[in-house]
Amino acid sequence: MFRFIVRRLLQMVVAFFGTTLIVYALMFAGQGDPIQALAGERPVTAAQRAYLTEKYHLDATGIGGFFYRYFDYISNLLRGNLGESLTGRSIGDILADAWPVTIKLALIAIAVAVIFGVTAGVLAGIRRASIFDNATLLLTLLVLGIPTIVLAPLAQYFLGVKWQLFPPTSGANPDFYALLLPGIVLGSLSLATALRLTRTSVAENLRADYVRTARSKGLPRRRVISVHVLRNSLIPVITFLGVEVGNLMSGAIITEGVFNIPGVGFNLFRGIRTEDGPLVVGIVSVLVVVYLVSNLVVDILYAVLDPRIRYE
Amino acid sequence: MRVRRLAAWTALPLAVTLGLVACGSGGGSGSGESDPNAAVRIEIAEPQHLVPTNTNETSGSQVLSALFSPLVDYDEANKPHEVAAESITSEDNTTWTIKLKDGYTFHNGEKVTAENYVDAWNYGAYAPNGQNSSYFFEKIAGYDDLQGEKPSANTLSGLKKVDDLTFTVTLSEPYSEFKAMLGYTAFYPLPKAAFSAPGVLAEGYEQAPIGQGPFKMKGTWQHDAKVEVEKYDAFPGEQPKVAGVEFRIYQQLTAAYADVLSDNLDVIKTIPTENLSTAATDLGDRFQQSPASTLQVLAFPTFQKEFSNPDVRKAISMAIDREEITRSIFKDSQQPARSFVSPVVAGYRENTIGAAGEFDPAKAKALYQAAGGPSKITLSYNGDGGHKDWIDATCNQLKANLGVDCVGNAEPKFADLLTKVKAKQPVGLFRMGWVMDYPSMENYLGPLYSSNGSSNYYGYSNPEFDKLLAEGASAASEDEAIKKYQAAEDLLAEDLPVIPLRYGQNNFGHSTKVKNVEVDLFDRVNLLKIEAVK
Repeated sequence: MFRFIVRRLLQMVVAFFGTTLIVYALMFAGQGDPIQALAGERPVTAAQRAYLTEKYHLDATGIGGFFYRYFDYISNLLRGNLGESLTGRSIGDILADAWPVTIKLALIAIAVAVIFGVTAGVLAGIRRASIFDNATLLLTLLVLGIPTIVLAPLAQYFLGVKWQLFPPTSGANPDFYALLLPGIVLGSLSLATALRLTRTSVAENLRADYVRTARSKGLPRRRVISVHVLRNSLIPVITFLGVEVGNLMSGAIITEGVFNIPGVGFNLFRGIRTEDGPLVVGIVSVLVVVYLVSNLVVDILYAVLDPRIRYE
Repeated sequence: MRVRRLAAWTALPLAVTLGLVACGSGGGSGSGESDPNAAVRIEIAEPQHLVPTNTNETSGSQVLSALFSPLVDYDEANKPHEVAAESITSEDNTTWTIKLKDGYTFHNGEKVTAENYVDAWNYGAYAPNGQNSSYFFEKIAGYDDLQGEKPSANTLSGLKKVDDLTFTVTLSEPYSEFKAMLGYTAFYPLPKAAFSAPGVLAEGYEQAPIGQGPFKMKGTWQHDAKVEVEKYDAFPGEQPKVAGVEFRIYQQLTAAYADVLSDNLDVIKTIPTENLSTAATDLGDRFQQSPASTLQVLAFPTFQKEFSNPDVRKAISMAIDREEITRSIFKDSQQPARSFVSPVVAGYRENTIGAAGEFDPAKAKALYQAAGGPSKITLSYNGDGGHKDWIDATCNQLKANLGVDCVGNAEPKFADLLTKVKAKQPVGLFRMGWVMDYPSMENYLGPLYSSNGSSNYYGYSNPEFDKLLAEGASAASEDEAIKKYQAAEDLLAEDLPVIPLRYGQNNFGHSTKVKNVEVDLFDRVNLLKIEAVK
């Protein structure tokens, strides 16, 4: 196990450098005039030009210059200095402000997915081919088929504006209730996937040999399902949810935008829209780390949940 | 320098429209009684900066309009009148004497003096400070000495304090409409408290700017969330009719629109494009439109042989059905344009391009063939600004009406398009947009069409035009200046270096909880007029 973790950590280092390099290159290297790229479409005065040249080491040119700048950026990053956005705010501060609300939103989404998705999935798996099973199949297909970009504004319009059940937007420092609707919208996709996964897994396990054995031993049906079937059926679901947590932590650009929640996705979107290169690269670099860590946790969870899964 | 203004328009076509007040009262739901103790909530985007000389986008400028009182404001005819200034006078259009009204204080209690203006403008013009609006000071004498990496001076030689409430501004050359410039955000004063040392802005000033306007900060700027201001009781000027304003920050206009529909937000300054078709039903008379300063044109590379004949340009103009495009593509959120200046400036005349603006396919085709226009036309645009629809529609009209082949050519960004135009590569006709810096005809003519204009990309050069502009700048009065500018505009109408297509328009809406909503010349809600409804 220890060797596995060490090996994964080493892989993470490679992945980290690879992804940040690509993002950095995409954002800055492809531009004809890197100073203009840094400043967006604003005019650059001679003084600003000199300042930016010095700040971003643009005096070194060509491939060598690019790697010089990249490693300079990375070394700052590793020291915890994410740099400043083009409007002069520290990116570290921006993320510190944005993350709590994104995490709250992610937790609500995950809770929705677990509570409704897994429960309904188990029921559908037990009552295979029943009306309930078919109804959930139809509903989940519908949810999976509607992209968030349609679902979120629809939910906002009907539940927020028309029937006024929820506040239409969350705004800054939202309370739990204000985050509920965006949380449900965000969680609905995970909910549908979790439901399908649980249902398939439960239905399959119900036909497994060990279940027949348990039944023939005379165990009550409830115990068979809750202890034997459920534990084995949840492994793929938990794997899926683990990856999903990583996804949700990185913020939901669409949902946060529609419901005006100033989280990570909201800031990333602003960075892209206002061509704030340093902000985009800064946020994405941190997100890379979040993804890597959440994937590692999921991999370790495999082994914890199922002793049969061994790493060497 | 003004390229940015064009570019900003291209990147966020709906977010940067500037506009004129809808004359008369705003809200239709203005039946309720006014509540002077209530605060109103207004949509903005996250401001980039909250320092007057560094703020050149509408969100920051909206917040600053609450915190500061301008030297001049504009009346219904779009002419400037004094607000924080007692008088602004000049005998030769070169040396301007600005007298301040007595009694103004900053929110920290400091008395407003001439020095506050001089210091703020010097700070803005000094290049190493990297202020976004520093080019607004370029007409002031000594501006060049403050430019470059290591400027030779750090104060403008043209700014002189006379006494506590008087200072003089010397321009490097006569400019008759200098007064009209002074209503812009860049010309606000800064208190002593804004500087930690002479010429050094105090750290943290931007988080809670101190101004001399009708409202003061309530707390600090909460990034990505809101900026709150409350009434400043010691303000000597016209009093606002609300107790405070919450500027709520939105990333997407659709979210703000949903909030206005459910009365969670009071004013949205720009109705999102996707809601334009339903806004009239959703909001009723709370959906309002007013003319804005933007002007969209199709420009000719007049240096290219096939477009050098004015008749070719006229024929193309006559082959475009402007009404059809504004109606079907823009859902009447923009208006057809047939002049080179926007209706929001003094001196505007309707339909200055005359016959060239009349949609007449038969005449257009005859003229086009007689003038020997090219058999293939390219319309270049920037692909990131939502221009494809109208470019395609225009192309289809040209195809049908002139019998030519027409293709749209998307460049990734407006800057890419301009780079190609500057290098005189054959991009064909190209789109341009213009947002004014200050309400003056000169601002629509000088930078765009004078021989050395900063945004003259079409190679248009007409000595007579240049002469008229220079005469306008040194004219004895505003009215005389306007006459010169109008004569210059008439020259443009003959030569037609660009085809005016559309004027921008403010499309704003408000909740049932406010009335008298007006959006001013710079796309700011008029905070002195807005009222909360009980």
